[in-house]
Amino acid sequence: METLSSVGKRIPKRDAVDKVTGRAAYIQDLKVPGMLYGKILRSKYPHARIVRIDTSKAKKLLGVRAVITAEDVPQIRYGFIKDQPVLKSGKVRSYRDELAAVAAIDPEIAEEALHLIEVEYEALPGVFDPIEAMKPDAPLIHEENKGNILKIPWKLVAGDVEEARKNSAFVAEDRFEVTWVTHCCLGTEGIIADFDLRNNLTTYRNTQIPSLAQRDYKDALKVMGLPDAKVRIIKPTIGGGFGSKLDTYGFEYIAILLAYVTRKPVKIQKTREEEFRYTSTRQPAIVQIAQGCDKEGKLTFRDISMILDNGAYTSWGATTPSVMMMPISSLYKVPNVRYEAKCVYTNNTWSQAMRGYGNPQATFAIESNMEQLAEASGIDPLEFRMRNANEPGEVTPQRFKITTCGLKECIQEVSKRLDWANKKKGPKVEGRGIGMACLIHVGGGARVYKSDGCGTIVKVDDFGAVDVFTGSTDMGQGADTVIAQMVAEEMGVLCEDVNILDRDTDVCPWDVGAHASRTTFVAGNSAVLAARRVKERILNIAAGFVDRWKDKQGNKHEIKLDTDPKNLTIKERMVYSVKEPEKKIALSKILRGAHYEKDGTMIMAEAFYDPDNENLDREFKGNLSKAYAYGAHGVEIQVDKETGKIKILKYVAAHDVGRAINPMLLEGQVYGGTAMGVGYALTERLILEKGEVMNPNFRDYKMLTAKDVIPIEAVIIETNDEAGPFGAKGIGEPGLVPSAPAIANALYDAIGVRIKELPMTPERVLKAIKEKEKK
Amino acid sequence: MKKEISFVLNGNRMEMEVDPFWTLLELLREELEMTGTKYGCGSGECGACTVLVNGKAVNACLFPAVEIDGASVTTIEGLAKGSGELHPLQTAFIEQGAVQCGYCTPGMIMSAKALLDENPNPTEDEIRHALAGNFCRCTGYVQIIDAVKAASHAITTKGEMRPRKAE
Repeated sequence: METLSSVGKRIPKRDAVDKVTGRAAYIQDLKVPGMLYGKILRSKYPHARIVRIDTSKAKKLLGVRAVITAEDVPQIRYGFIKDQPVLKSGKVRSYRDELAAVAAIDPEIAEEALHLIEVEYEALPGVFDPIEAMKPDAPLIHEENKGNILKIPWKLVAGDVEEARKNSAFVAEDRFEVTWVTHCCLGTEGIIADFDLRNNLTTYRNTQIPSLAQRDYKDALKVMGLPDAKVRIIKPTIGGGFGSKLDTYGFEYIAILLAYVTRKPVKIQKTREEEFRYTSTRQPAIVQIAQGCDKEGKLTFRDISMILDNGAYTSWGATTPSVMMMPISSLYKVPNVRYEAKCVYTNNTWSQAMRGYGNPQATFAIESNMEQLAEASGIDPLEFRMRNANEPGEVTPQRFKITTCGLKECIQEVSKRLDWANKKKGPKVEGRGIGMACLIHVGGGARVYKSDGCGTIVKVDDFGAVDVFTGSTDMGQGADTVIAQMVAEEMGVLCEDVNILDRDTDVCPWDVGAHASRTTFVAGNSAVLAARRVKERILNIAAGFVDRWKDKQGNKHEIKLDTDPKNLTIKERMVYSVKEPEKKIALSKILRGAHYEKDGTMIMAEAFYDPDNENLDREFKGNLSKAYAYGAHGVEIQVDKETGKIKILKYVAAHDVGRAINPMLLEGQVYGGTAMGVGYALTERLILEKGEVMNPNFRDYKMLTAKDVIPIEAVIIETNDEAGPFGAKGIGEPGLVPSAPAIANALYDAIGVRIKELPMTPERVLKAIKEKEKK
Repeated sequence: MKKEISFVLNGNRMEMEVDPFWTLLELLREELEMTGTKYGCGSGECGACTVLVNGKAVNACLFPAVEIDGASVTTIEGLAKGSGELHPLQTAFIEQGAVQCGYCTPGMIMSAKALLDENPNPTEDEIRHALAGNFCRCTGYVQIIDAVKAASHAITTKGEMRPRKAE
């Protein structure tokens, strides 16, 4: 393998120094002169008619600059099928529903004004269980529809499941359930919206999708009668994303409306409680699964039906079944697949993207059930997985073209590091068990939209510093650093010479967003392409370049570079002749030479990279990603049968990453993902009672703390994907996908009980133990 | 009724009139516009607002501003030397990959500083205990704990080197 100087190195995150000194400015830290503070009044009922809203008292409060309801402003609609207006009229369908908003000179006055708004409701019967909501006499959430089942028919069929089931030697069937969890970004969401006198809009917003948000805002401005207004989005430092900032939401449009009405900048900043109550969650799902295999333990079919609680409105969350299809069709070789999902409106909160986007839910069911099938067929679960593991070159039933695939290597690493065979054979420690689970995820972009692209502009200054304007978004995952490393490597400069600019839609090119673990792959490829073009231009100018100088003794020197640019290269800030490496000229000298002469030129280049992956077709088939990421997690646990508590003794997370551009940051993704996955497995849950969030705080939500740190070994398997930049595939999401089933399987191994509902709390474990004892 | 207080902030003597209802976090972020200390939850659960009052780590979002009268307060802005030289904890957080989104970082570092000031050579359990009130969603805490260990090592080995130099 070629020697690389920046790629593959454990280079610290570029903005870490600003973050450790408190200099990094998040949306919470921003103020604009003359800024007002916006607050939103939400519904007091999960389902009710709005009889009357009276804002007159609020308007009279000293310091209030505007109070708006649906009556006062144009009706902007948002969401995946635009089924909700920004401010509700007629009726409310969830506790999240926005009824009115206030702009005032400080947040306290705005809050006080909300209390002065009088709303008269006429309560309607609500429905909070998707199964109840499917019944013909259930209250209708959206009256214009005939029922509560969303008209998006998620259905994937490959092969003949019925026939395969008949011919299977073993079949395992079960039902699994997962509930709401939420992102818990330490930095809550916020926005500042500001119009200039020509009605151009600038927003400061911690978004994962600057380019798509720009379009959403443009659409909103059109509704507001401002079709020609320009939109600029400036991203402050983002305090975590995990999917929560992957769409535009009501509060953003409300800030825009308030800013327009008041002609002042307006900030809306979510409090922690608001973040818990009003951030879209991961989708809850009820999963019915059956899988079969032949006598040799080869999978014959997989049959899954799901019911998803869509909540009161439809967001991108309703499209998670499209991603669930990925593990359902393509985790392990399974020739016959059937999957059907129904999204059902209820009066609950509505869900959205969250790291893994449906994959953790589906994988929990698949990998728990794989274990059941392995047991039914009498094969060791690890061996069972090896027999069915995906391999390079495979085309899966969903028509995914698997290029690189390190799944078997990942399983073997788990086996080795957990000492699988001996632990399975050997004398068992009471309450101790091992388990594993695998994953597939998109690792080379995902064509969800018409474009899966990212643009980059690279320019160089007179001194050899490189400015990279990328469409991509860093929200802490390290995009800023890996892109700098790849550009430095491609151009032959040092990583510290590369400056990443990714904050401003006025200067940064288009990108579809920081989702689908796509940034290293797509933005990376784009940056490498642009860097290559700049390098070519530099070498064209450098060809035949003559450097003359006098030394201290007054002797004249001259160096002339090779006249053929093909014979030139850049390394460590110097341009070399490949054939005569002693002939070298400082890059900065050549760069200045480019424009300090007649007919001079500026050196810059742009590139747009859009992988040739495919949108799913009408049958939900197609090569969604240019490359696929694989992994296997193994865990050893100790269960306290008295308390039901699960203690993790050892955790191995092996991931096929193509190539690690920055092993340290990559491990950070694996550690963080795993911790989030373990939280999903064991402790985290947003508790809703009749549509109301009952635990809108960290204390009761229960994410892991430093005291619960898991001893995680992150194992990097490099398969060098040809399509990836320097061989890399994505790693943002995979880390959390298989944690829950791995732990569920270890629990079964430890004490013989299978928990089929997340989270696996001590109460549930104890209950399962008692039920088992009864039998 | 505002109250006049005097205190030392990051080594600078301060005299201010504060509202009895202000929290230390409001004083820092709103009045002094020192935004390095973060708002994370406002209820003392997440530790993003951790600062040191007389060397002890406190949640600034719960701490009444009037109670710093006569006290010494250290925030993340006061950790690096004026020359720009970083504190060993800051260097370790950077080098160990302990910073992702960075929102928890100032509070995390302040909690770690309170620990290392009192106990420069803590065990892993002591580190976990000291950081238990500081939530992080990005890192799974692994590299944060590595960073505190690395900083502890840097601080304690420097301590050993000093007497040797004197010899």
